[in-house]
Parts: sequence; structure tokens; C-alpha cells
Amino acid sequence: MNVRLYVWQRATAALMAPLVLIHIAVIFYATRQNLTAADILSRTHGSIVWAAYYGIFVAAVSIHASIGVRNILAEWSPLSERRAGLFAVVVGMVLMLLGVHAIVALVVT
Amino acid sequence: MSAAGLKHRGNTLWIAAMIHRISGLALAIFLPIHFFVLGLAFHGGAHLDKFLRWSDQPLVKLAEGGLVFLLTVHLLGGLRLLVIENLDWRDGQKQLATLAAASAAVVAFIFLVRVF
Repeated sequence: MNVRLYVWQRATAALMAPLVLIHIAVIFYATRQNLTAADILSRTHGSIVWAAYYGIFVAAVSIHASIGVRNILAEWSPLSERRAGLFAVVVGMVLMLLGVHAIVALVVT
Repeated sequence: MSAAGLKHRGNTLWIAAMIHRISGLALAIFLPIHFFVLGLAFHGGAHLDKFLRWSDQPLVKLAEGGLVFLLTVHLLGGLRLLVIENLDWRDGQKQLATLAAASAAVVAFIFLVRVF
């Protein structure tokens, strides 16, 4: 892993630490309340706070996870560093697209 | 690889590094599914509601407990790494790694107690 990727992975990790703590709290709250889809949407729909929170989260996790996948492939698979990097870019883009789709579904539509 | 070459694999900190890596990989595999399910809320919540009812099964709840463990252990393991890399060295890293895994197990257990 080069220095640039190392810094991105550590920076996104530091950024996500408080976000993950909040996410775990949300998981505990949501499962306890036995929420329906209507309950969830009534809390998230039109909320700039949820959109911003999960927008930052999705961007950070897409970068963080794709760098992690690249490192694992480069070290544990027969793929070259270049191919591992290309695969990781695809992983990151898929995560970003699905993540943004989820946020739009929960907050906008 | 010789037995001597594999000896480090029994070390607590090697196991901690492996748990961090495997938990991260598992979460990376889970994430697209998670996002896809949340995307079911598109144009109303009928599809999402159907999924939520399906997820109300004991095996699914157990799997969710596993995911809570993976997320917590990856968070705590990552925090330990950030502290090692950015602050002064502290002794007791093996104990901290064990504490991280034990804390994640406790969080997952509390989750399971609440959902069952």
C-alpha cells in the first residue's frame, strides 16, 4: 500500500469511528422499537441531518472498504497490484452507487 | 512453511490483526446487501416492509448479532491501530486486543438479548 492510500484509509477510519458508534446506537434503537418501513421513513424523509450523516458515512466507507479489499487481494490473491487496484475501484464505485441510492430512497423519495 | 515459521500465528496480536482483516472483509461483503435492502424503500415502503417481516426470524436475528459483533470488533480494533500509529506506545497491547474482542462480544450479546 502506498502512502496516499494509507493516509486515505486511516483518515476515513478516524472519520468513521464516531459515525459507527452512532450507527450502533441507531441499530439498538431501531431493533428495540420494532420499526415498520413507514416508521423508518417518517423519521428519515426530508431530513438534512440524516442525509448528511449517511452521505458522509457512505463516502467514507466506500473509500475505506475499497482500499481494504485492494490490500487483501494484493496480499492474499494471485492478482497483481494493478488488477487488485482496478477491482477495488469497482468495489468502491458499487458501494458508492448503492449507498447513494439507499440514502435517496430513505430521505428523498 | 515450517512449524517455526508458523509460530507467530498463535500470538494474540497476530490473531487480533487477522480478526480485524476478516471482520473488515465480511463487512465489505455485507455492505452492498445492506445498501440494496435500504434502497427497497424507494417509492414507498412496501418492499422494505416485506423484507423487515422476513428478517423477523430467529436465524436472521442471530446473523444480525454476528454483524453487530463484526462491526464493533472492527471499530475497536481500528481504534487500537489508530492509537498505536498516532500516539506514544503503550504496553499491554495484547490485553487491549483481548478487551476489544470481549467488548464486541458483550455488545453483540446485549443486542441478541434485546431482540429475542
